[in-house]
Amino acid sequence: MAAKKTINQGVEWNYSPALESTSHVKLKSKYDLYIDGKWVKPQSKKYFKTINPANEDVLAEVAHANEKDVDLAVKAARKAYRNVWSKMAPSERAKYIYRIARLMQERARELAVIESLDAGKVIRESRDVDVPLACNHFFYYAGWADKLEYAFPNRKVEALGVAGQIIPWNFPLLMAAWKIAPALAAGNTVVLKPAETTPLTALKLAEIIHDAGLPSGVVNIVTGYGDTGASIVNHPDVDKIAFTGSTGVGKIIQKAIAGTHKKSTLELGGKSANIIMDDAPIDQAVEGIVNGIFFNQGHVCCAGSRLFVQEGVAEKVIEKLKHRMDSLIVGDPLDKNTDIGAINSKDQLDIINGYVKIGNAEGAEMYQPKCKLPKSGFYCPPTLFMDVAQSSRLVQEEIFGPVLTIQTFRTVDEVLQKANNTPFGLAAGIWTDKGSRIFNLTTKLRAGVIWANTYNKFDPTSPFGGYKESGFGREGGLQGLGAYLKMN
Amino acid sequence: MERVEVLKTYKVYIGGKFPRTESGRYYIPENGKGEPLGNICSCSRKDVRNAVVAARKAQGGWAGRAAFNRGQVMYRIAEMLEDRKAQFIDEISFQGASKKKAEDEVNTAIDRLIYYAGWCDKYTQVLGSVNPVASSHFNFSVHEATGVVGVFADESTSLIGLVSMIAPVIAGGNTCVVIASESLPLSAITFAEVLATSDVPGGVINILTGSMTEMSKPLSTHMDVNAIAYSGKDVDVLRDLEENSVLNLKRVRSYSKDWLKSGSQDLYMISDFQEVKTTWHPIENIGGANSTY
Repeated sequence: MAAKKTINQGVEWNYSPALESTSHVKLKSKYDLYIDGKWVKPQSKKYFKTINPANEDVLAEVAHANEKDVDLAVKAARKAYRNVWSKMAPSERAKYIYRIARLMQERARELAVIESLDAGKVIRESRDVDVPLACNHFFYYAGWADKLEYAFPNRKVEALGVAGQIIPWNFPLLMAAWKIAPALAAGNTVVLKPAETTPLTALKLAEIIHDAGLPSGVVNIVTGYGDTGASIVNHPDVDKIAFTGSTGVGKIIQKAIAGTHKKSTLELGGKSANIIMDDAPIDQAVEGIVNGIFFNQGHVCCAGSRLFVQEGVAEKVIEKLKHRMDSLIVGDPLDKNTDIGAINSKDQLDIINGYVKIGNAEGAEMYQPKCKLPKSGFYCPPTLFMDVAQSSRLVQEEIFGPVLTIQTFRTVDEVLQKANNTPFGLAAGIWTDKGSRIFNLTTKLRAGVIWANTYNKFDPTSPFGGYKESGFGREGGLQGLGAYLKMN
Repeated sequence: MERVEVLKTYKVYIGGKFPRTESGRYYIPENGKGEPLGNICSCSRKDVRNAVVAARKAQGGWAGRAAFNRGQVMYRIAEMLEDRKAQFIDEISFQGASKKKAEDEVNTAIDRLIYYAGWCDKYTQVLGSVNPVASSHFNFSVHEATGVVGVFADESTSLIGLVSMIAPVIAGGNTCVVIASESLPLSAITFAEVLATSDVPGGVINILTGSMTEMSKPLSTHMDVNAIAYSGKDVDVLRDLEENSVLNLKRVRSYSKDWLKSGSQDLYMISDFQEVKTTWHPIENIGGANSTY
């Protein structure tokens, strides 16, 4: 739990708990589906529980939408598209999206707390990263609604129609914003399915969208499991599928829509290289490594999960990294001192532990700081594997947890070969003092986002998405609009 | 007993404050019915200079804000204006417009602010470029604010002409000194009251009232003004502004648009007050030539 520091009198110093209050959070005990501007009971008559992964308490019951429910949502979206949304002046569409952004800002604190409760994400991150970025996405894309002709010169752009959107559990509200904001700005209507372990902030967003007075059916939120997502993907009246999640599921979706008219954007897995050159500012680089892999418990598709350190500084970097890891606090996500919160679900914890086993079985040297983990809930200490081979499953496969592998290298050639030698191509980090070297590496790394002397930075104006099996299409920025438009 | 109404003193807006003109002079414009609009400040060249000082002081900070933040502030102006819509409709009607036209004018002004608010964090994406130079360099061009802009607002409207000129200028990170419509000055000053409650830093927008003929020279010859924006059709005035601007190579932009039309707003009103900056950075060229996974 809390890191212990010893000073000369031998006194132990602990951080006092600094818990974020949950008193201002308004959650219903049961959530129905948000379809056609109304909360409707699921045709399936089924509900599932969403829990707090930090202590396994049940937070709420949530409807499990089946094929019939999805069909109702798509019909509502189609009707709203045909009768209202596609006929509205783009500048008026913009004003609705601005309203959503403003209402989210007004309720930012509540959204942050619910996100931490439902996802296990530390409050510092949900408060300072997820929620503001989500608001800003709506604000940014609102402004595009009446400026689309500037984004794609020499083309006449037109909305696609109904967008089916399926989002993951690692950034629940932010992913909803990434999906809904550009879709609406481009003039589409939406059926969105949040992940089964983290549906609450999307449902709160439905309340906000309702309060914003958005015409009925423009945004529909259907909760459920993979079968609900499949119903969206396979629905014949959906024009576009936007999916963020694993490469495995991404391939299933690509196959399912092959031969149909459906357009798609897939934001999938990653195994991003974080490269430390010997002239890098070491202390900053170590912070960057920690942020790269331990941010959001490592549940980040672009996590800097493969660390490459140039041999000359490897020993020093690893020593400093271990020291820094010793001071990371693993524990209650609602505590403002916490650095690493709860693993999102039992299933995910099992997956991560499975990889830790593989690493040990393969004979890689493991380092984990001695931190006490809470008794209930799902937790994993920050973990480091040294001496891993390029062919190791730890290096090749996405773990999606706080597990970092370290490889060393001598030359630029070598690190480029190793960094690019993966089916993924989502992101990369480079740490060096030399600007010309940054641009050499950014030119040659095969990845969609490259951070130089920083890591895990996101902005609504900045396109995000991967090369190769990390998916296709971009979200964010001007490029993010293209995914929701027909170009005539 | 009938309540006696409190009348508002219309002052000017400099550096986020509402002083009277330092000259102490006033004039009384009238509406179509011959009713006086009030004792309006008749600003002097000294007021112009004070306003330029305030605009220059605010410029670095305003341009240095995140583009997103400038967008939020501009959106806030629109929110405040929407909130005081009734007041503006009354005021514009009092100055001679029909109720319907006044309402149309205020609505258009609000929507125009939102339009340019949206551009704040987008215009560089549309206008900027990465340039594929033939040498081993990373080369890119971005737009930056020109600096302090002297704005001569449309004479024939009280609000929409003023807002339509200010919005693209400040969206791009410039600050401005605005000469309001001489005959219809009321809404310019009431708009300043909106600005003062909208998180707009003092000095970003400065609004003066009085004789355009008198103030045009000190403003257009001022060595710390970088550009002039003129709304109107008077070729003599425009020629004077252009000649005065030669002194320090001011960029002069003139517009004769019907600001009530939606086509009167566009991206290029922002780029009219922008400079293009190109940066070269070397790219090291060793290693990785064969890396093509």
